[in-house]
Amino acid sequence: MAHIELRNVTKTFGGKAALKNLDLEIADGQFFVLLGETGAGKTTTLRIVAGLEKPDDGTILIDGVDVGGWGAAERDVALVLQQYSLYPRYTVRENLEFPLKSKIRRVAPAEIQERVERVARTLRIEHLLERKTDRLSGGEMQRVSIGRAIVRKPRVFLMDEPLSALDAKLREALRTELKRLQITLGATFLFVTHDQVEAMSMGDRIGVLDRGRLVQVGTPSEIYARPTNTFVARSVGSPPMNLLDGAVRDGAAVTEAGFSLPISVASAHEGRPVTFGVRPEHLRLDPEAPAKARVHDIEDHGVEKIVTLATGDAFVRLTAPATQHPRIDESVGFSWNPEKIILFDRTSGRNLSAA
Amino acid sequence: MTTLTMTTLDPRSRAARRGMSDLAIRNLFIIPTIVFLIVFNIFPLLYSLGYSFTDFRASTNAPWNFVGLENYRTLLNDPFIWNNFAITAKYVIVSVTGQVLVGFGVAMLLNREIPFKGLITTLLLLPMMLSMAVVGLFWKLLYDPSFGIINYALGLGRFEWLSNPDVALYAVALTDIWMWSPFVMLLSLAGLSAVPKHLYEAAAIDRAGPLYTFFRITLPLVAPILMIAIIFRTMEAFKTFDLAYILTSQPTTEVISIRLYKMAFQEWQTGMSCALAYIMLVMVIAITNIYVKYLNKVKER
Repeated sequence: MAHIELRNVTKTFGGKAALKNLDLEIADGQFFVLLGETGAGKTTTLRIVAGLEKPDDGTILIDGVDVGGWGAAERDVALVLQQYSLYPRYTVRENLEFPLKSKIRRVAPAEIQERVERVARTLRIEHLLERKTDRLSGGEMQRVSIGRAIVRKPRVFLMDEPLSALDAKLREALRTELKRLQITLGATFLFVTHDQVEAMSMGDRIGVLDRGRLVQVGTPSEIYARPTNTFVARSVGSPPMNLLDGAVRDGAAVTEAGFSLPISVASAHEGRPVTFGVRPEHLRLDPEAPAKARVHDIEDHGVEKIVTLATGDAFVRLTAPATQHPRIDESVGFSWNPEKIILFDRTSGRNLSAA
Repeated sequence: MTTLTMTTLDPRSRAARRGMSDLAIRNLFIIPTIVFLIVFNIFPLLYSLGYSFTDFRASTNAPWNFVGLENYRTLLNDPFIWNNFAITAKYVIVSVTGQVLVGFGVAMLLNREIPFKGLITTLLLLPMMLSMAVVGLFWKLLYDPSFGIINYALGLGRFEWLSNPDVALYAVALTDIWMWSPFVMLLSLAGLSAVPKHLYEAAAIDRAGPLYTFFRITLPLVAPILMIAIIFRTMEAFKTFDLAYILTSQPTTEVISIRLYKMAFQEWQTGMSCALAYIMLVMVIAITNIYVKYLNKVKER
């Protein structure tokens, strides 16, 4: 297993910068998730670690050794891609054997057999071993592709959105399975995704990428509770954090949406244009509250309701317990937990309390 | 049945106004082709089948006799004919193997990012576009013992390429390889570029060596299209006539088509030559069938 470090990595494609001075450290045995939108440079980072792409600048260290000049084969990493990349015309067994049969490693036939069978058992694909890969469903294909990665016991697992092409139910099942696998193997995982639910539920640590820059690295709860800027605040959490422009006056938040509620943080920001960030669960419906709004939409999720309020020209989302029954177009009062309000700088989007 | 699958004529069209039905239009298009096929292909084919059972000679007015399978018996017992077949087989094997090796090799070289790739590919295709007769005449000059450029370039002195009976067949095959390797290259290139790039990346990650990658990924994926190239080239090589005929007249280069030509138009044994043509036809069909069977097996895997 291995420790991975990227120092000051820059990569451009035809004059367009894909990664800008990226620093990244992944501890041994960690499940690290890179979260970002399409084109943020997630896959590029992964391919650079794998050795399929050479960075223009910067160094890559695996276990403290500079692997910049090494090819993909020498780095001893495993890669699982979204498009499965199983070898066509071979059976599942032959696909799983493939990495073991290479001349470089020379594994005894008996051991190959044993390892393939153990992997098949772990991933529950034993009954598929003799089947051709083009006769498999998407979920089965992705299992085989993960199996081909783990059969080799590589130092690092790299996964490029392996679950994106699967349907919701299967995705959930494989998510748990992958996490369990990582714990049993104790392996270092670098997992790339654009799905914040995947990132939050699987990652030991998450790195949020925005246009080639790493904006924040932290545990899921850190990222969720203390986003460094509005970009991170928007990309993590479902429903997303409410972001409201306004200013602090006399210890209260005066929003441009037309309501004013108390806050407990930093009077140092008096008068300055800021953006208030508040998670939906820190807002509640409160008939006595001074802030009034109209109910715009209600999503009933059973255990709770997600209520969208229209106030001024802004929308505010909050979660309400199933016991409350607001009606659409009803006028309601709402308040928030003054402790949980995050202040962002209006122009830079930076978190003011973190600084 | 066919009328059911046909789209009906737009009632406002000019053809409809002239009172033509769907059927009339279909016939208008199909009948000339069918007539052409019958007159120039099917009729001679059947007529020559009839001749193959007679001792007919096109050069005389003498009456002909029905001889049954006599022609076939004579031909199949003739050691000289078998020698012609052996020469043809040797030629086919040498020439097709050479074309596949050269063509596939060049395709492998071209299947990557290189400057002027399109131009290079087009230039490499030129030999294929020349006429057989022109290629034959060119190479006759190139092979010439006293002023040919091949002997000059290789420093072979006055080496007799085409009049040396042991070498002549290989010289003809070499010309054929030069001319038709581009064809194999073109098909291989299409096959190679259809192999998804991420498979190679996966193989690199799986630490497969270049040879292992080639035999386990590249070759199985290109095999079906390569098979098609081989079928085409085998059929063509089997019936080679012009190249061998123009380049040399050694007995060791007398492939079966040349024998057939001589039998039919120099010795005027029309009936006998028809029988030989039929034997060849059966052989080509048999060989092609073996390939097609194999191709289907390759595709199934």
